[in-house]
Amino acid sequence: MQKAEQFPELQYRDLDQQREAAELGMWIFLTTELLLFGGLFISYAVYRHTYPEVFAEASRHLDTVIGTVNTGILIISSLGMALAVYGAQTAKRKRLLFGLIAAIVFGTAFMVLKGIEYYHHYLNAEFPGLRFDYSVPDAKGKQVFFFLYFAMTGLHAIHLTIGIVLVCIILYLAYRRRFSPDYYTPVENAVLYWHFVDIIWIFLFPLLYLIDVHK
Amino acid sequence: MNSEITLERPEIEPINYLNARHGIASWLLTTDHKRIALLYMISLTLMFFVGGFFAILIRLELLTPQGDLVTADTYNKLFTLHGLVMVFFFLIPSVPTVLGNFILPLMIGAKDLAFPRLNLLSWYLYLLGSAFIIWCLATGGLDTGWTFYAPLSTAFSNTQVIKGITGVFIVGFSSILTGLNFITTIHKLRAPGLTWFRLPLFVWTIYATSMIQVLGTPVLAISLTLIAVERVFRVGIFDPTLGGDPILFQHLFWFYSHPAVYIMILPGMGVVSEVIPTFARRPIFGYNFVAYSTFGIAFFSFLVWGHHMFVAGESMYAAMAFSVLSFAVAVPSAIKVFNWTATLYKGSISYDTPMLYSLGFIGLFTIGGMTGLFIASLGVNVHVHDTYFIIAHFHYIMVGGMVMAYFSGLHYWFPKISGRLYPEGWAKLAALIVFVGFNLTFFPQFVLGYMGMPRRYYAYPPEFQVLNVLSTAGASILGVGYILPLIYMIWAWKFGPKAGNNPWGATGLEWTTPSPPPEFNFDITPVVTEPPYNYPTVDDDE
Ligand SMILES: [Cu+2]
Repeated sequence: MQKAEQFPELQYRDLDQQREAAELGMWIFLTTELLLFGGLFISYAVYRHTYPEVFAEASRHLDTVIGTVNTGILIISSLGMALAVYGAQTAKRKRLLFGLIAAIVFGTAFMVLKGIEYYHHYLNAEFPGLRFDYSVPDAKGKQVFFFLYFAMTGLHAIHLTIGIVLVCIILYLAYRRRFSPDYYTPVENAVLYWHFVDIIWIFLFPLLYLIDVHK
Repeated sequence: MNSEITLERPEIEPINYLNARHGIASWLLTTDHKRIALLYMISLTLMFFVGGFFAILIRLELLTPQGDLVTADTYNKLFTLHGLVMVFFFLIPSVPTVLGNFILPLMIGAKDLAFPRLNLLSWYLYLLGSAFIIWCLATGGLDTGWTFYAPLSTAFSNTQVIKGITGVFIVGFSSILTGLNFITTIHKLRAPGLTWFRLPLFVWTIYATSMIQVLGTPVLAISLTLIAVERVFRVGIFDPTLGGDPILFQHLFWFYSHPAVYIMILPGMGVVSEVIPTFARRPIFGYNFVAYSTFGIAFFSFLVWGHHMFVAGESMYAAMAFSVLSFAVAVPSAIKVFNWTATLYKGSISYDTPMLYSLGFIGLFTIGGMTGLFIASLGVNVHVHDTYFIIAHFHYIMVGGMVMAYFSGLHYWFPKISGRLYPEGWAKLAALIVFVGFNLTFFPQFVLGYMGMPRRYYAYPPEFQVLNVLSTAGASILGVGYILPLIYMIWAWKFGPKAGNNPWGATGLEWTTPSPPPEFNFDITPVVTEPPYNYPTVDDDE
């Protein structure tokens, strides 16, 4: 890998200080993101307490197979990102590019499957706001469940989309040989963001899909 | 060479951040924290007068018992927009974005913030948010109250709720990014030798404020998003007719909006902690206590939101817990007041304008805080809930406290920012007018509220008129007090005498730079070897 000469911005003493600042900034940003989702998680807790049976019943309308496959897909995409940052650290250009491409491919696959799920809910009149059947028993609780389902997975999907765009930019920069073992902060930060989005899904999956699966 | 050449050379203004670059693009695309602070100062001042304009109309309507100046609907919009603009577009950003932006890097010996471009983006987000609010009011306004309670905001209000929410949502992200920037800067860019316990207390308060901004604001953002989704798509997360729970919105809203009170007051406390030692010529009394109490306040601020909902269907036990916790916040706040007061003891005090405002802050904040204890008590709360007692209480904190502190800081650092001195006589007069006007406006409201006048009504029984007239008279005086500094500061910026590096003889790295500071603050990164507020004390002289 070609070694590009890097200079710190004027407010920094050296490149190390600049890298530490960028990483700290990313962690603070992820804390903010966590609390953004936190508002939805607490709403989920409140309504699951209000409508325990309805939530269990409504949960059975989710496609557990797609959910499980998607969980696997996201975990593999995270592996790709981990490989990418390892490749950047050790100046293994192929590994870096391959890892990023894997993350993009698997991230997109997740979005496609999610879209199929959303479409099925639309057909089944389980999409509050667009098409929802209020004549079913316990319609109120079911409406709240599906509202939360779409709000939580929707916000997650928005984040994943941003992540895919971000990784595409990183891929372009990596292709242009902009990273070296001395400078790979953008890769590192993109990886942090990607893992964060994955972890959110790891919590969403059991909370939404697996409420009643043991029966 | 002829020696006459040097004699005839005209005096040249040294290069500083104001004259280093020219042209409109050098301002709108600047990444210099000092210039961005000035951009914020201008836009915040505009929004302050927009919010103030609504306050004037409210006070004029309340001059007489009947609703005669505006209709009831218009009145609802007036108090909504007054609250919204003042809270989200003035008080929350005020000290951090203007004074914090300008002074923080100078105080810690840094050349800029950690992320200068992000700082500029924050300002553009602030502008975009403000544009949405202006658009909202130009197309008919908003009448939900600044609290956006559901289901009023989602199912019943026919006003421009979405535009208002979008504005607040965007300005929220401006606030988050500013907080993120400050935290990173304070962690990573301190000058060598500037340990945590050598930091000026202003830096501590900005740090704690930024923590609240980063942790609290996203919860507001998601709650407002849910409101918007519920309103646009006619679905229910808060609307009880569709299965939602309106109390949940109140919980989410106050989880942010109570800590927001401390976003508004903590930086003010930071300003006061700088000004008091400077003009008492003494180190601050109990530095560690003041520093730790800052974090005590920030921590407790997240545990007391339920005190806004004592009559909103909260369980008795929850209410008792929130009441006790609200009392607990008074402890770190009182520690600060005691320490400021103790700093004055045996000091050689000079009553310059920043000091006058800071002393005013201590008195008014104490009244605001003590009445806060009244309304944190469950029994009293039921009696005065949603009355003018509440209005008076939080205006003592926000206007008597925060706006006074903002003015204190503006005067204190004005020589550094502009390189000029403001006219001291006029400034003292304005400080006095603000103090008198403020008390005349809001003290009668304590009495009105205790007598039972509810908030958010445009008409009232005739027996309340005397106190309301007093309040309106006070508001006019207060208005004069706010316009005076605007006039003399603009004048002083052009014609005031040169300030010199350190007109107050204060400690702190910001006073070691020229006034106005050069573009990159410090030619050589300073090395700190002393504790803060290292003033020679009386005992040292003996
Ligand atoms: Cu509160």
